[in-house]
Amino acid sequence: MAAACTLALLGALVPLQDDPAPLSAGRPAQVTWAQYAATQDGSGTCTQPERSLDPNLGSTTGAAVARIRKYGKLKVGVDQNSYLWGFRDPATGDLAGFDIDLVKAIAKDILGDENAVQYLTVPTADRIKDIKSGAVDMVVRTMTINCERLKDVAFSTAYFTAGQQILTSGGSSITGFDDSLRGRTVCTATGSTGQKKLQGDRHGADVMLVANQLDCLVQLQLHLADAVFTDNALGAGQAAQDPAVHLVGKTVTDEPYGVAMNLADTDLVRRVNKVLNAYRADGSWQASYHHWLEADLPGIKPPVPLYK
Amino acid sequence: MTHTPTGSAGPDVRIGAGGPAPRGTVPAPPPGAPGPGRRRAWVESAARLRAAATTEPGRLRIIGAALAVLVVAFGATTAYQVTDRSTAADNVVKHSAPLSATAAEIYRSLADADATVTGGFLVGGELPEKVSDRYENDITHASKLITEAAANSEGSPQARAEIAALNWQLPKYVELVTAAQTNNRQGLPVGGAYLRYANSQMRKPHGLLSSADRLYQIENDRLGRDYTRAKALPYVSWGLGAVALGALLWAQRRHYRRTNRVFNHGMLAASAASAVVLLWLVAGHTVARAELENSAAHGARSMQVLNNARISVLQARGDENLTLVARGSGDDYENNFADGMTLLAGKDPKGVGGELADALRLADDSAGSAPVNAAITGVQTWRARHTAERTSDKAGDYTTAVAKVIGGKDSSGKTVDQTTGSCFDAVDTSLQTAVAHEQDEFKSAADSGRGALTLLPYGAAALAVIAAAGALLGIGRRLSEYR
Repeated sequence: MAAACTLALLGALVPLQDDPAPLSAGRPAQVTWAQYAATQDGSGTCTQPERSLDPNLGSTTGAAVARIRKYGKLKVGVDQNSYLWGFRDPATGDLAGFDIDLVKAIAKDILGDENAVQYLTVPTADRIKDIKSGAVDMVVRTMTINCERLKDVAFSTAYFTAGQQILTSGGSSITGFDDSLRGRTVCTATGSTGQKKLQGDRHGADVMLVANQLDCLVQLQLHLADAVFTDNALGAGQAAQDPAVHLVGKTVTDEPYGVAMNLADTDLVRRVNKVLNAYRADGSWQASYHHWLEADLPGIKPPVPLYK
Repeated sequence: MTHTPTGSAGPDVRIGAGGPAPRGTVPAPPPGAPGPGRRRAWVESAARLRAAATTEPGRLRIIGAALAVLVVAFGATTAYQVTDRSTAADNVVKHSAPLSATAAEIYRSLADADATVTGGFLVGGELPEKVSDRYENDITHASKLITEAAANSEGSPQARAEIAALNWQLPKYVELVTAAQTNNRQGLPVGGAYLRYANSQMRKPHGLLSSADRLYQIENDRLGRDYTRAKALPYVSWGLGAVALGALLWAQRRHYRRTNRVFNHGMLAASAASAVVLLWLVAGHTVARAELENSAAHGARSMQVLNNARISVLQARGDENLTLVARGSGDDYENNFADGMTLLAGKDPKGVGGELADALRLADDSAGSAPVNAAITGVQTWRARHTAERTSDKAGDYTTAVAKVIGGKDSSGKTVDQTTGSCFDAVDTSLQTAVAHEQDEFKSAADSGRGALTLLPYGAAALAVIAAAGALLGIGRRLSEYR
């Protein structure tokens, strides 16, 4: 009976991909968070994609940096919708979050002014295209470094390591991404790493697909889903919006976040890596982490930079 | 009135019908046939009739009876058929048109609530009082109308099903909006997710708007059926009228041939009364049909197109707001906006097309076309401002984009007053004026259509009685010459 109900609910709520309904909650392009790669090492030549250019082994002031200085503003593609990472604070109307703090540090280093930034709203699907076309200098938007993307864009060293994790409400018997999910409804975003993982092994769970990871929190709060499967960075953002909701169990993937830039802008990549080194060393990373993330995502250290 | 047609023929028949009458009793009743008494009575009256037809007074009595029956049948059929059409016209004015308008208004209130609340969201923090009042009014109005529709749709199970769906979904929608607002007040982005979810519940297939739309279709179909019934041509009445008049003429011609008297006053009066009824019927119903056709064309169809346009306007506004609420992941809302605008006003942002062009075509006077033209201009300005707003948002200037949609200060601190919101308000108001105008047109045309039929059934009945009396008197006069 319960299963039948769940199925009925799923039928009613889950916007299937072939559902012709144009106005349903499922708007396919509304996946606002990082799209993860299909493979971690798709080719034999790419095994450690988080290796970036060493700032000490090349110029950090070249054509790209000169171009930005000439323009006078750093054009950055960000997310306005990821709580704690990049979101518009309704009280001030300004962008804020862990990603935004990093953007400010980069702008201060290159242009001497942390506010010399033109924040651009880049739809998820256009991120790589906009970097390649030069519409933005960089994308700082919980974007995972992976081999597939390395063919199109260059990444800085990792500035955060996230992973897929289960989020559930207090009092739930669900303990993580394990058999405690059996018979329960797990919500995840269409096209996400979470969905792929659940296709592989769903631990007996019923899968509910929504357009946007944040829609899962709505489903969880309305008791239409029992758990959310998303990366812990975004999961922390959801937990921070509802004191009754928290991350449980362990992360089941390792997803390093990096700043994405144009492949040709090698000086800019080195420059950002230099900024990141200082950012990690002078306590700025820790301060930003403490301010935004630590309460919901405790015990995380800055990732050690790896170079080619 | 003093002459009863067939009953009085009884005693006279036997006078000249001595022979044939017993003949009827000769055949033995077949076995298993109904009682011999009944059989005999039937055969006997048939025989009497045959006997009567052999003498002139008998024939006159039969003719008189037939004429009276024909004329009365004509009058009664006319009264019945016209009453039927008049009732249908009455239904158009009193029931189906108001129900259809109620359903359209439910749809509009719901769409307005949705557009309003998405706009309020862009303000940030607490909803402005003006916005929350309008939203509250919309929801209260919609619930009231749903209750009203429930009370008036007793006959239709489909309508009842849609009303039940509305009743069930509306409180859930309100809950979602409340959750959206509560979260938004606390600065939590999940508020936006709730709002988008509420919006999807409003617009999804079998959601609130789709139920309201189907209710509107059902009520419109009912309106169409009432129109068809009211406009159906009364062929039977026409036919009977023609037959009755023809029979009267034939009887008069027969009378003239036999007596060389040109006029029989009674039959003349009967012919005149029948002709009046027939003319009145043809003229009255034609006028009624024309007026009803007029009310359908210029009132009901215009209102339908205008109501659709209003819905498109509201949905476009909702999409415009949600594009900004979705903050960078709202491509689909923007696409919906573009599609909605194309439906509303055609592909060319500076041109005239879509539903508004249809509305303009249907508007038959300047009072009707003026507000539609105002709406067209408003939409053109709106589209231009919307393009500018999208440019700002795409360039990363969210503050300015919001200011261009709902007003307020842009990123350089300048107050923006040329907002898309003011265009939306102007267009909505214009369309409201246009709907009100068409409503009046509809009402006056439908009323005069209905009015053209009001007296006809009574007139037909009275004149038919006069005609029958005339025919019988006329025949009675001839008959008296044989006594």
